[in-house]
Amino acid sequence: MIVAVELGLIYAIMALGVYLTFRILNFPDLTVDGSFTTGAAVASIMIINGFSPVVSTIAAFGAGLVAGWITGILHTKGKINGLLAGILTMIALYSINLRIMGRANLPLLREETLITPLRDAGLLGTAMAVVVFSLFALAVKFVIDWFLHTDVGLAMQATGDNEEMIRSFGVSTDRMKILGLALSNGLVGLCGALIAQYQGFADIGMGIGLILAGLASVIIGQAIFGSRLIIIASLAVVLGSVLYRVVIQLALQAGLNPNDMKLISAVLVVTALVLPQWKFFKRIGGLANMRKSLTGAGAKG
Amino acid sequence: MLDITNVHKTFFAGTVNERVALKEINLSLTPGEFVTVIGSNGAGKSTVLNITSGKLRPDTGTVRIDGNDVTKLADHQRAKFIGRVFQDPMAGTSPDMTIEQNMSMAYERGKTRGLGPGVTKKKREFFQEELKSLELGLENRLKAKVGLLSGGQRQALSLLMATFSSPKILLLDEHTAALDPQRADLVSRLTAEVVERHQLTTLMVTHNMEQALRLGSRLIMMHEGRIILDIGQEQKRKTTVQDLLHEFEKIKGGALDDRTMLQ
Ligand SMILES: Nc1ncnc2c1ncn2[C@@H]1O[C@H](COP(=O)(O)OP(=O)(O)OP(=O)(O)O)[C@@H](O)[C@H]1O
Ligand SMILES: [Mg+2]
Repeated sequence: MIVAVELGLIYAIMALGVYLTFRILNFPDLTVDGSFTTGAAVASIMIINGFSPVVSTIAAFGAGLVAGWITGILHTKGKINGLLAGILTMIALYSINLRIMGRANLPLLREETLITPLRDAGLLGTAMAVVVFSLFALAVKFVIDWFLHTDVGLAMQATGDNEEMIRSFGVSTDRMKILGLALSNGLVGLCGALIAQYQGFADIGMGIGLILAGLASVIIGQAIFGSRLIIIASLAVVLGSVLYRVVIQLALQAGLNPNDMKLISAVLVVTALVLPQWKFFKRIGGLANMRKSLTGAGAKG
Repeated sequence: MLDITNVHKTFFAGTVNERVALKEINLSLTPGEFVTVIGSNGAGKSTVLNITSGKLRPDTGTVRIDGNDVTKLADHQRAKFIGRVFQDPMAGTSPDMTIEQNMSMAYERGKTRGLGPGVTKKKREFFQEELKSLELGLENRLKAKVGLLSGGQRQALSLLMATFSSPKILLLDEHTAALDPQRADLVSRLTAEVVERHQLTTLMVTHNMEQALRLGSRLIMMHEGRIILDIGQEQKRKTTVQDLLHEFEKIKGGALDDRTMLQ
């Protein structure tokens, strides 16, 4: 179970990225499935080629930034529908990721990675590792909280909330969307790099369906822990990610096959989207709001 | 201050849906001039404002603000010159954000935004002072989300946000139309005060003829994409709602006499 918590805390960085696009920008970004693997591929190939794990992980963040930036350009300058722009980048990235990796799977077992010190000290799977991963996830959370309260951050929030208004205050909403998508996918790439190092390999298929894990974390977290203030909403995303991994772990222990996990993720997200439509659940405000922003129904209300 | 010269605007040109919205509009506002705009539905009033704000581009003609040719600038690029209040009280503020955050965004109008904190103590004090002028008690609710405010409160806040950075031009498009009479009176009183205080060059669209006559220093009437009446301070004072209605009747009946044709 501690492993599930560890994974949840690492994946929380990806979920925070998804939070930026889905909740803050109100933009359903599917680039995530591709940029996650891109981050893993870039970090792995660099580590294998002798770069330090820190540099490699930062490079993975940079690769994610570029991926998000491309989706942003496609959507704003190319005037391509947001969903489609994300899908286009995601699919193109599949080929690019294969190019980066050279083959479908890159093992990192004998390499020195960011996780090696923890593993060598025998701390993985202990409370100590949970503390370390928590600190990292919370650090990312606090950076996002800080950013969203700067002048640029406020403009980004408003871009997702009332586009025409913030344009009337002189903000290029195109630029805000591009920036938000880049940051979001940068975090996703960073997360991919960490997961590759944690599990000891990068795989071409590791990002498939990941967007659902991100969404489920955001939805579940905010439904349970609330989203009234940014600092609470982002904490809820981190907790949601942990909870999601724990649920998956429980499902596995109950005898479900790892291959069923995508189906379970999808069912979880569908449930979270449909439940708030029932009268009983309408009273649970957080869930209803989540649904609004995800389906776009009355999101501006 | 504002010079709109020879502006034409046609929507869906060359299709069956072709709509001529503006035909050769020429309009100049001197600094501090407060012009009210009336006219029937579809006359082109909003289009004039949208062309000024950059939401729409004219087909031909130019728009100049304080001597700068802004015709080719996008709306956000000319926002530093322009304050706007929209008809819909929901449109001028960001509902999910707090009053102070909304005001901060307006405060930074047209400036380069950086990574400094959006709301600072100094700004907060300034906002509090400004909000007091509304006399709605909002100065004590800086951290409330704007979505919780009533339509009238939001519209008053929008007006403040549009004006406290002293834009060169203030555009108001039926900004009291969605409010109940009492709130509309409040917002229209605040409008007169704030325009006076900052000496703002203002274009205000309204369907309320009494309001159009009472507020401002000049009145124009539009019909089918043209300005068909343009009266200044002096004449405006002598004009009654009846006179304006009469003017409308003349146009509606299609009986355009020579005088209106020439204008
Ligand atoms: N974005 C648009 N697309 C197509 N046609 C438009 C658009 N905006 C305005 N029009 C058309 O241009 C003409 C002028 O519209 P405009 O909105 O300027 O009128 P208005 O004077 O503001 O009317 P109202 O009093 O109803 O607000 C109308 O015929 C309208 O249908
Ligand atoms: Mg109009």
